[in-house]
Amino acid sequence: MASIMLKDVVKSYGKVRAVHGINLEIGHNEFVVLVGPSGCGKSTTLRMIAGLEDISGGEVLIGDRIVNDLPPRKRNISMVFQNYALYPHMSVRDNLGFGLKIAGQKPKVIAERVAEAADILGLSELLDRTPAELSGGQRQRVAMGRAIVRHPDAFLFDEPLSNLDAKLRGQMRAEIKKLHQTVRTTIVYVTHDQIEAMTLADRIVVMRGGHIEQVGTPMQVFNHPVNTFVAGFIGSPPMNQLPGHIEAGQVVLADQSRVPVPPRLAGKVREGQKVILGIRPDDISPQGHGLGMPEDAAQVATLDLRIALAEPLGMESLIYTTIAGQEVQAKLYGPRIVQPGEVLTFQVALARAHLFDAETTRSLEVL
Amino acid sequence: MSTIAERAAIRRRIQAVGLWLATFLLMVIMCLPGLWVVLAAFRPNREILAKPPIWVPQQLTLNNFAKIFGFGSDQVGIPVLAYFTNSMVIAMTSTVIALVIGVGGGYAFARFRFRFKNGLFLGLMLFRAVPGIALSLPIFMLWSRIGLIDAQLGLIIVYVSLNVPFTIWLIDGFFRQIPISLSEAAQVDGCTRWQAFWKIEFPLARSGIAAAGVFAFLTSWNEFALASQLTRTTDSKTLPVGLMDFTAQFTIDWAGMCAMAVIIIVPALILTFLVQKHLISGLTFGGVKG
Ligand SMILES: Nc1ncnc2c1ncn2[C@@H]1O[C@H](COP(=O)(O)OP(=O)(O)OP(=O)(O)O)[C@@H](O)[C@H]1O
Ligand SMILES: [Mg+2]
Repeated sequence: MASIMLKDVVKSYGKVRAVHGINLEIGHNEFVVLVGPSGCGKSTTLRMIAGLEDISGGEVLIGDRIVNDLPPRKRNISMVFQNYALYPHMSVRDNLGFGLKIAGQKPKVIAERVAEAADILGLSELLDRTPAELSGGQRQRVAMGRAIVRHPDAFLFDEPLSNLDAKLRGQMRAEIKKLHQTVRTTIVYVTHDQIEAMTLADRIVVMRGGHIEQVGTPMQVFNHPVNTFVAGFIGSPPMNQLPGHIEAGQVVLADQSRVPVPPRLAGKVREGQKVILGIRPDDISPQGHGLGMPEDAAQVATLDLRIALAEPLGMESLIYTTIAGQEVQAKLYGPRIVQPGEVLTFQVALARAHLFDAETTRSLEVL
Repeated sequence: MSTIAERAAIRRRIQAVGLWLATFLLMVIMCLPGLWVVLAAFRPNREILAKPPIWVPQQLTLNNFAKIFGFGSDQVGIPVLAYFTNSMVIAMTSTVIALVIGVGGGYAFARFRFRFKNGLFLGLMLFRAVPGIALSLPIFMLWSRIGLIDAQLGLIIVYVSLNVPFTIWLIDGFFRQIPISLSEAAQVDGCTRWQAFWKIEFPLARSGIAAAGVFAFLTSWNEFALASQLTRTTDSKTLPVGLMDFTAQFTIDWAGMCAMAVIIIVPALILTFLVQKHLISGLTFGGVKG
């Protein structure tokens, strides 16, 4: 149980910089998820915390120790790898007990702790099998078991679910969440899947190109993205982004159509400013088929849109249409089937729309 | 009336029988000379040389073996035991050394980045491509300068250098198959890199190391060309070179030669059998990815 702190942490591979001086404080028992597109430096950051990668600059602290120069075995952390990295020549039991055995624990203690971990993860029946005789989900659980038996200060996960099929991934996601509630420990979890990030994290760290773009709770990051990158990355389907400029308290879009500036941002815009209007698909819905549309008419814009394509998903449909010459996605809630070519009256929840400065891509909300 | 399924089954049968026949023929072609040698080792010389040939042995005898070991009535007087000891010592020692270097080198090539790595690897392989016999003259001159002619050590050095490129290459391949994350997991679990190597990577590469060992041993055990140049007496002569003792100016003692050939073959067979369990132990890498 310990906090983790990164101070101006830099990683260079020769001339290539993979991580550009990031700062991050991870609280005691906190579940922090690092997300970002491929190659943004998530794994590198995690591996620097683990001690599997040299730190080129800055400091990493676990608890109150600076661990820059400590080898992995002295950091008292556990790691779950993307490929599980189970020892193929050992039984599940020996896989779980390996770390304790190396640490010189008594066989009795090892047996107890292995039994405890196996119990938590439902592995008790499988202890005598070898990894080759397990399914993907079971291997995943063994990897997690191996991490928890040692009672480490922190767990590090590097895309632990990416080798599982969608259904199993959902199950394991829930198990990881449960695990965190059972064995309260600091967890740093790397994924490029924003759903995993949203569901698991106490706090999300969005990374891009070796920089941290935003840190916040899932709802903060979802509701108040600091720039267009975070806005596009978090949330699925991604936020629609429409370029335009400000004229007389209105956003003028590419085809000269006008949308009022969301009331909460009214004071933050400059006349003539080039902006990007961000609206999540959930906030554009055919009249009567929306979810949580604001009651107040001033917070809603109404417009007629022609449907290009609809993907029914059961109780909701994803709709592709065009606003101001740009393809946007919208959501229809309810079992209604719509046909391409149909024209419907849509409502846009202005209260939840975002404005970003077109030049800096930063949200006007935070300025 | 045959259904499609029946016809497919018949076709599979025919294929299976054909495959079996082909394998059998191949094995016959490959094994016949060996079989003849083994049989001849237990037959008297005159039966071997009889004309017309006697195909089915009529007399089996252990005389040939007794003879070359110096027992029995007609002694051949070839120091087989000394040759055997030389062969064993030289092949074993050079194999162990080649394996130690092979494991170290193979691990280094598989895991570490260092300057000139690719060039070095290529160099090793190219060195292996040079036929050993082409080096015999330079080695001979060098060895005679430093007194390694007719010494076990001389052959050991030659065989080690002959085998090392191959052992490195083979073992490197096996280490490459083992994901780095296994060693990393072990290090996070509390191992030093050295412990991680011995407890995780070495056991997983064992079949590869065993294979490399067998090949190195057989190479040293069977090598003739260089040994015939670099050895003179019972101090260092190996079995394959000793085989030539049976050819006198006008006669060849086929029976004795074959008996000795059997003595050469048997340890190699035994070793291969002992290690084959490891060779095909089918180490499944199931712990890594589904
Ligand atoms: N050994 C290396 N040598 C040079 N560059 C490297 C090395 N390892 C990683 N990089 C670079 O560092 C950057 C960050 O890599 P990292 O593995 O942390 O990405 P990631 O965010 O984990 O991506 P992914 O989601 O694909 O796993 C990448 O641009 C990568 O090319
Ligand atoms: Mg990664």
